[in-house]
Amino acid sequence: MSINATLIGQMITFALLVWFTMTYIWPPLLNSLEERKKKIADGLAAAEKGREDMDLAQKKAKNVLKDAKSQSSEIVSLAQKRANEIVEESKDNAKKEGDRLILAAKAQIEQEIQQTKENLRREVAALAVSAAEQILSAEIDQNRHQELVNKISNKL
Amino acid sequence: MATEAHAAEGATGYIVHHLTPLSAGEGFWTLHLDTLFFSALLGGLFILFFKTAAERATSEVPGLVQNFAEMMIEFVDNQVKDSFHGKSKLIAPLALTIFCWVFLFNFMDLFPVDLLPSIGSVMFVPYLKVVPSTDLNATFAMSISVFSLIIFYSIKIKGPWGFAKELLFQPFGPWLLPFNLLLKLVEEIAKPISLALRLFGNLYAGELIFILIALLPSYLQPVLSFPWAVFHILIITLQAFIFMVLTIVYLSMAHEDH
Repeated sequence: MSINATLIGQMITFALLVWFTMTYIWPPLLNSLEERKKKIADGLAAAEKGREDMDLAQKKAKNVLKDAKSQSSEIVSLAQKRANEIVEESKDNAKKEGDRLILAAKAQIEQEIQQTKENLRREVAALAVSAAEQILSAEIDQNRHQELVNKISNKL
Repeated sequence: MATEAHAAEGATGYIVHHLTPLSAGEGFWTLHLDTLFFSALLGGLFILFFKTAAERATSEVPGLVQNFAEMMIEFVDNQVKDSFHGKSKLIAPLALTIFCWVFLFNFMDLFPVDLLPSIGSVMFVPYLKVVPSTDLNATFAMSISVFSLIIFYSIKIKGPWGFAKELLFQPFGPWLLPFNLLLKLVEEIAKPISLALRLFGNLYAGELIFILIALLPSYLQPVLSFPWAVFHILIITLQAFIFMVLTIVYLSMAHEDH
């Protein structure tokens, strides 16, 4: 149980082990640890950024949707207004057309009445002349009486 | 379960046989071949494992070997960061080496006491001490190396004059100079001695108890050696941890300028 040259041998072994560990083992392993740490941190940061982007996009989409909704309702109300206008316009037109048609019909009726009156007058005159002719043919000079009849028919 | 050759010498012979190292040479130039062999073998295992891990090291998903190696690295790194606040390329790898090497030394204690010596005796090796940390040479080799580093860093960081001032003028000021020196010398020299003897004492005692248990009747042995082995798992880890932490603490003290 004495201290002897083994001590020196052990110290050499120990020094070699420490040197080897220091040179070839510690740095690469620590590097890989650091690298992984960095990778994980980067990944987490990227995930965070992704989530923020998504939030932003969602907000944007919501805004766009809101805009679209308000625009569409505006368009619908505009269209309704226009439709009402068109209906009113067509009602007006129809009324005007109807009035015009009625007026035309009335005028035609008036004209036909006048025509009929004229015809009637002529026929009555002709009848009266023929009747008078027949009544008076025997005794009255046709030329004198014709003048008289014309006078009467003009008065009608 | 004394071997045949020592049955005649009884229990004392058995114990002495187990505690005798395989040596070569005379006087100071004696070499404990078993200590040298097993510590080199265990050091080789340690290097092999961590070198494999270091070669395969990637920042991708780690495999089993890399995972374990990284766990150890992080554990040691945290210990170093906790007590050492300077920057040093040496201290963390040194701590890792100490922890793993001492742990593997101590782990040899968990092999059945007669297993490897029996195999050795078949191969014409008369004596075999399988636990390097029950050899004072092994523990002192580490603690003296650490002590040299303490002295080296003390002088490097504080300068020769700064280190001398610390030895001479602390803790009681310049008027009690001899007393200061004596106190400081004792304090410094106590570091390697306590480091080495603590580890040696614990493992030597543990080994001795395993040997004593092995002397008992065979039906008693499992009942005693199993709990002792379980308890020993704690001790060997704890001793390796203590050695490592104290090394870190001593070296960080050497780095601190008062």
